[in-house]
Amino acid sequence: MDQLTLSCPNCAQPVSESDRFCEQCGRDLTAAVNPPSGAAPGGPAGHGYSGAAPAAGRASGADGAAEQGQAYRAEEPVGASGHGGGPESGAPGGVPPMPPGPPAVGVDPRAGLGRGVAEASAAPQAPAHVPGATGDFLLAAPSQLLVSEDDLDPEPDHAPTEPNPVVVIAPGSGPVCVGCGAQRIDADGYCEACGRAQPRPRDHQERALAGVTGVSDRGHRHHRNEDAFAVAATSRPGGSPAVVAVVCDGVSSATRPDEASQAAADTASEYLLEALESGADPKPAMHAAIMAAAQRVEDLANEGPLEPSRNSPACTIVSAIAAGGEVTVGWVGDSRAYWFPDDRVGSERLTVDDSWAARMVEAGLMEEAEAYADARAHAITGWLGADAVEVEPHTTVFAPPSAGVVLICTDGLWNYWESAADLGAVVPADARTRPLEAAQELVRFACERGGHDNITVAVLPCLPSPLSTSYTPTELSLPVMGAGEKREI
Amino acid sequence: MARLAKSNLPQFAVDIFQNEYLAEGAREVNAIVTVTATGGGTSGSVGSQPVNYADGPDAAVVIMVDCSGSMDYPSDKIRAAREATAAAIDAVRDGVAFAVVAGTHEAKEVYPGGGQLAVAHAGSREEAKQSLRRLTPSGGTAIGTWLSKAEQLFHSRRDISIRHGILLTDGRNEHENPNDLQRTLDRVQGHFTADCRGVGTDWEVQELRRISSALLGTVDIVADPAALADDFRAMMENAMGKEVADVALRVWTPANAAVKFVKQVAPTVEDLSGRRKESGPRAGDYPTGSWGDESRDYHVCIEVPSAAVGSEMLAGRISLVVPQPDGSTEVLSQGLVKAVWTDDIAASTKISPQVAHYTGQADLANAIQEGMEAHRRGDLDSATSKLGKAVQLAHESGNEDTFRLLAKVVDVVNPKEGTVRFRKNVSEADSMTLETRSTKTVRVKKTP
Repeated sequence: MDQLTLSCPNCAQPVSESDRFCEQCGRDLTAAVNPPSGAAPGGPAGHGYSGAAPAAGRASGADGAAEQGQAYRAEEPVGASGHGGGPESGAPGGVPPMPPGPPAVGVDPRAGLGRGVAEASAAPQAPAHVPGATGDFLLAAPSQLLVSEDDLDPEPDHAPTEPNPVVVIAPGSGPVCVGCGAQRIDADGYCEACGRAQPRPRDHQERALAGVTGVSDRGHRHHRNEDAFAVAATSRPGGSPAVVAVVCDGVSSATRPDEASQAAADTASEYLLEALESGADPKPAMHAAIMAAAQRVEDLANEGPLEPSRNSPACTIVSAIAAGGEVTVGWVGDSRAYWFPDDRVGSERLTVDDSWAARMVEAGLMEEAEAYADARAHAITGWLGADAVEVEPHTTVFAPPSAGVVLICTDGLWNYWESAADLGAVVPADARTRPLEAAQELVRFACERGGHDNITVAVLPCLPSPLSTSYTPTELSLPVMGAGEKREI
Repeated sequence: MARLAKSNLPQFAVDIFQNEYLAEGAREVNAIVTVTATGGGTSGSVGSQPVNYADGPDAAVVIMVDCSGSMDYPSDKIRAAREATAAAIDAVRDGVAFAVVAGTHEAKEVYPGGGQLAVAHAGSREEAKQSLRRLTPSGGTAIGTWLSKAEQLFHSRRDISIRHGILLTDGRNEHENPNDLQRTLDRVQGHFTADCRGVGTDWEVQELRRISSALLGTVDIVADPAALADDFRAMMENAMGKEVADVALRVWTPANAAVKFVKQVAPTVEDLSGRRKESGPRAGDYPTGSWGDESRDYHVCIEVPSAAVGSEMLAGRISLVVPQPDGSTEVLSQGLVKAVWTDDIAASTKISPQVAHYTGQADLANAIQEGMEAHRRGDLDSATSKLGKAVQLAHESGNEDTFRLLAKVVDVVNPKEGTVRFRKNVSEADSMTLETRSTKTVRVKKTP
């Protein structure tokens, strides 16, 4: 049920357990399963790849920063104790030793404390590469793969400059620059030869759980991924399942937008899980979760360095809960939720943006096409952050009339297919049965269209609601049009 | 943060100010590096704290006093020089090694003599002051010989890391070929630092600046000999505040990148680009001399290979390094200069306020120097336009001291527009003061 996905440590391309080479860059993936020489295999490493949650447990997939390398590493043979071990199972003898600090993927420090929880890597603070920590390593690439890496770069920045005299690199001997192939990456994550920033865990992330899937990508034109998401599955007090997805888009013109989006996604997801497990009604829970996320982002303003010329950390949020045959959607800003029935007849957008364009249309001042063509179209009028005038979460409850998917996403996706019909046409037909592949495809399509922004998509497959005998119109709680502030995403 | 074995050493902090966002195709990365040394134990008044001499002197000072014949015309110059040297000797901390050199067309040791440095205590300070009667004017001026003598004296105590000279002259370096002086500077630079002072108005600003720049010290004019004692005392107190010597700014750049320049921009403008010493793959060290509790700003400009929009690279790693007795270097602190290519025009066109400010301050210094040079050539139009620009820059940036000095040389008609008229009967002292202090900068005004 809890299916963690794997990514190539070199280029972050999703790979499956059975793949021997990365489809995108050709990296030899089997090297990962070979423990570094001299290490004794078979210890209870506690990487817990399977991360198997107890049947009634919770599986959460906050897209913590620790994923790329660790998700892949998790494939290493881990001996008898393959899953969900507590920290104590990451005992010496594990290969490689666990870095101290935050747990690796699939390891919940609380596991075994009676809650039956296997939460995967909800640890955004976990650095991907703890300097000096032997547990962190990326795979070395054979020399010919470096060439293909360059070929793969759509716009090669600069020719590989300093030929690395060492072509054959022992596995586990250290990371290799994705730009020039030099085998010297400094503790700050830059190549010591060509200075290029190395791929970061957040550049591309995927999480797939039963009932909910999320994929996020940096795109082509932004230097970092300022989107964040969390997906999680749990059960209601009666035992019925509930899934949660949260997608946030950091406001680029504000300071530390990546931290804001991550904090909001984690906070909202955690809040929703607690609320659903305690039997709270989803709609008020959604409202409260967004308010909790807003508070968390507001607090961020006081927790980091101040940049006088920039605004406080800020982000948008859109979240969906699927539980008891109903989907509850909540949002602030211009990240969206859509409903796509299997036959795509009756596709619709479930959210109304907090944006200049949406307000113009809503107030009847402009036609939609005209409003969205305006330079101010994407200025948002609502966001989470210390400088938000007043956070007013919108919530709506929707009973799926047929089988289909609820999709939530950032504008990095919907910018290319603005209407529900257009977007519905590119959502793969089998999105409900293959949600991970659908999310991956959509991200890829957006990248092919230019990848001008970060792209994040979460997909929640839905069956016809027993509560929905007929079509239920969505109810939207919209704020009164006012002279709110505007800013660019 | 690095810590040195000795106590009372300052802690260094490096802060980088830059706009890392570059437009597509852009290659130039500018950053202001603020280096702040704190906790060196010199925050209070000098000499107020007990010093432990068990390890021997930690600093050495040589005072070089011009005793050329011109110092007797008027004779209050040599009197003032004696008084000033006495005041400086009084400010030498107990335990510091020191010597006094009389400079003419040759260098004579006045105190203690014998190619040695004395160790300061009440008795030696008194002896030294008595010996100043031997500072009698006669002969010419060959500053290179003075510097060579100072070098010899410092060399007698190679265990002392902080070595500082104070040099006073009243005239041009007339009895020495400029090339000889340059050769001497090339030889002694890096061995000690020196502050230079010109008394009266018969010396040459550019010549003395060349010496103080090479020796990583300050240069200033003391037009009125009566002010010399206070100035010497202040200079010596400043020298006594130095805690760590031979600090260098190390600039690492990635492959295919080039350092366009490295300038100190505060407290004064000083181009260090030519002083680079290679210190490893793609890294070079720029000397900064000795540090007490103080803060200095540097402008680093790096040209990097252009990269695609969405790329990020490290354009430079700026660290403060200090040599260790075993020949290695210790990194005291460091900061990163980044380059991020974006198609967001609002982001890439923003100029870092610090970079803009110090670019203006460097332009201000240039405008003054070029203006004064044009004035010497008799090109009044060019001089007026340069100084007009200087007035404008000084006004905009709030550099009030420089503005006041400018206003003694030109009548400011409109500071915003930079409209000025040359004053009639500008005193030599005023124009030399302006030129000497042209490199003094002010820091960025705090943004509210």
